Amino acid sequence: MTTKVTVRVGDRVFSTTTVVAGVVILATLAAVAIFLVIQSIPALLAPKGGLPNGATNFWQYVGPLVFGTVWAAFLALLFATPLSVGIALFISHYAPRRVSQTLGYIIDLLAAVPSVVFGLWGIVVLAPFVQPLYQWLGDNLGWIPLFAGPVSGTGRTILTAAIVLAVMVIPIMTAICREVFLQAPRLHEEAALALGATRWEMIRMAVLPFARSGIISAIMLGLGRALGETFAVAMVLSPAFIVKFAVLQAQNPNTIAANIALQFPEATGLSVNALVASGLVLFAVTLLVNVLARWIISRRAAFSGANG
Amino acid sequence: MTTTSDATVAVRPADGIHSHVPLTGGRLPRGSAWLVLAGGWAFAGVFFALLWAGGVTTTFSIVGTVFFGTVLFDIVLYVISRIVEGPRRALDRLVTSLVSTAFIIALLPLISLIWTVVVGGMARLDASFFTQSMRNVIGDGGGALHAIMGTLLITLAATIISVPIGLLTSIYLVEYGRGSLAKAITFLVDVMTGIPSIVAGLFTFALFALVLGPAARSGFMGAIALSVLMIPVVVRSSEEILRLVPAELREASYALGVPKWLTILRIVLPTSLAGIVTGVMLAIARVIGETAPLLLVTGFTFSMNYNLFNDRMMTLPVFVYTQYVQAAGVSAQASVDRAWTAALTLIVIMLVLNLAGRLIAKFFAPKRGL
Repeated sequence: MTTKVTVRVGDRVFSTTTVVAGVVILATLAAVAIFLVIQSIPALLAPKGGLPNGATNFWQYVGPLVFGTVWAAFLALLFATPLSVGIALFISHYAPRRVSQTLGYIIDLLAAVPSVVFGLWGIVVLAPFVQPLYQWLGDNLGWIPLFAGPVSGTGRTILTAAIVLAVMVIPIMTAICREVFLQAPRLHEEAALALGATRWEMIRMAVLPFARSGIISAIMLGLGRALGETFAVAMVLSPAFIVKFAVLQAQNPNTIAANIALQFPEATGLSVNALVASGLVLFAVTLLVNVLARWIISRRAAFSGANG
Repeated sequence: MTTTSDATVAVRPADGIHSHVPLTGGRLPRGSAWLVLAGGWAFAGVFFALLWAGGVTTTFSIVGTVFFGTVLFDIVLYVISRIVEGPRRALDRLVTSLVSTAFIIALLPLISLIWTVVVGGMARLDASFFTQSMRNVIGDGGGALHAIMGTLLITLAATIISVPIGLLTSIYLVEYGRGSLAKAITFLVDVMTGIPSIVAGLFTFALFALVLGPAARSGFMGAIALSVLMIPVVVRSSEEILRLVPAELREASYALGVPKWLTILRIVLPTSLAGIVTGVMLAIARVIGETAPLLLVTGFTFSMNYNLFNDRMMTLPVFVYTQYVQAAGVSAQASVDRAWTAALTLIVIMLVLNLAGRLIAKFFAPKRGL
């Protein structure tokens, strides 16, 4: 080829447009961080007595909220992890092939329900339903600090919020686990069965070791979702400004997201900055969790070829 | 794999007389698991019916029946199987029943939620709910027309912002993206998927507060907040679909002398159109139910507002929330009924979007071997 390669105008315009679109996304993420920081600075430098809840500095203000966020998300994952792994196994290895995809859709339906409807359901249906159970737990197992009384009469405790959160993160965790379980090498599974293993032994020896990092990343992504969930918690929880582990009482530690949603419409002046700053903390925490999750997934992708 | 040697051919001494040695282990008859499950449910049903009849509980607890019946089934089946079939098969059966139990437990909230929303939503499912706003309504009556219009307008605006940016980015990633910029975008899009919705709302607030002051509220701000949540979803789904377009199609086009940008516009995009539309509809379904960012940046109102750029707008999720929270006094029930009907409307919209997305993907997918 002797003629010089000419770049057409159309090509140049089009490729530049696509690059600009990509850069807009980078800029957006950067802008999210920058603008949140700008609006947070007054709260970080707030004088004594300027912040809500009588906190002397910002970290004292955000501390109980961070605790509540992490504690609620942890409780939610405690329920959601075994359930998601079980559901994913049911869909990938137990249910008949013909119906397994439909079952997957049904679980995905849960993801289609808006969080405000979950909140409504949690407060109207779930809280009265679990309250007698809580009463029983408080009466009989009250000596365990976790279940210490007095038990809430409404059932609107952090445990109820955690159950709602668990229901909300199950679809995403199930979807990831299911995908990983389906990728488990077929030859390993068949070899295990051929050697006389029962189905559970086959899963324990061939599927679970392969899927371990996938399960961990599913947990991390579920954690990210549970940390940031707002209205399911804001509507169900009866909040207070405290740090405590007891899960059945009427006073519960609030979460960052729920606190913002409840306080923001009426907030003015410095308390707005304090709310934005607490949002920045939430952003940083979820960012960390998500990056960690992606890192685990990508690490797995790097050597899964050797396994398959 | 030391346990698999001869445990399946369980040799059990037959009561001192070694006249016959069975060559196979004991097996429960087929269908016995279903029988035990039905028995467990029946037993729990009778138990809860007695509680109901005895006046301990006010209603018959269906959820309790299914839950405790299933737990009973797990235990009984394990014990029976351990006696008849030995520990390995018993464990296998236990895990099978536990895994099925997990699935049933996950279905319970879904069924309960849909049941509650449908029953509660029926109360106000009338014409006035879809033709009136809440302006000057105290007590009964009123409707959610302003909220439905607000949701439609804001979601439309968010779609108009997100789809071009998301689609162009995915084209960049698939067709042009090489090197560190593409890697950074892929990574950050993944990370962006995990941004909590309330942070997107706070970001929009912080952005506009610098220009318009902290009291600024408008539908457009809501659209921006939703775009932050929607763009990564659009990028991911379109990227996946664009990668499915066979390279032969592109090469054939290049061989005919068609420039790259025309190849993308005329060959790649039409081939993957159905998948892209599906992705966009699922992305809309993802953001249309968002409450937190909208409560923060579009606020709430009782009147119609068709102007995206001026003043507060009502949206359906925020309508559900405010109607429930503000329910008080004599007409509290009317307010709660409106909240349930709005929730039902919202779920129906999301189901229709989801279903339409999947149907489009199924019926308009490019045929193989044109």
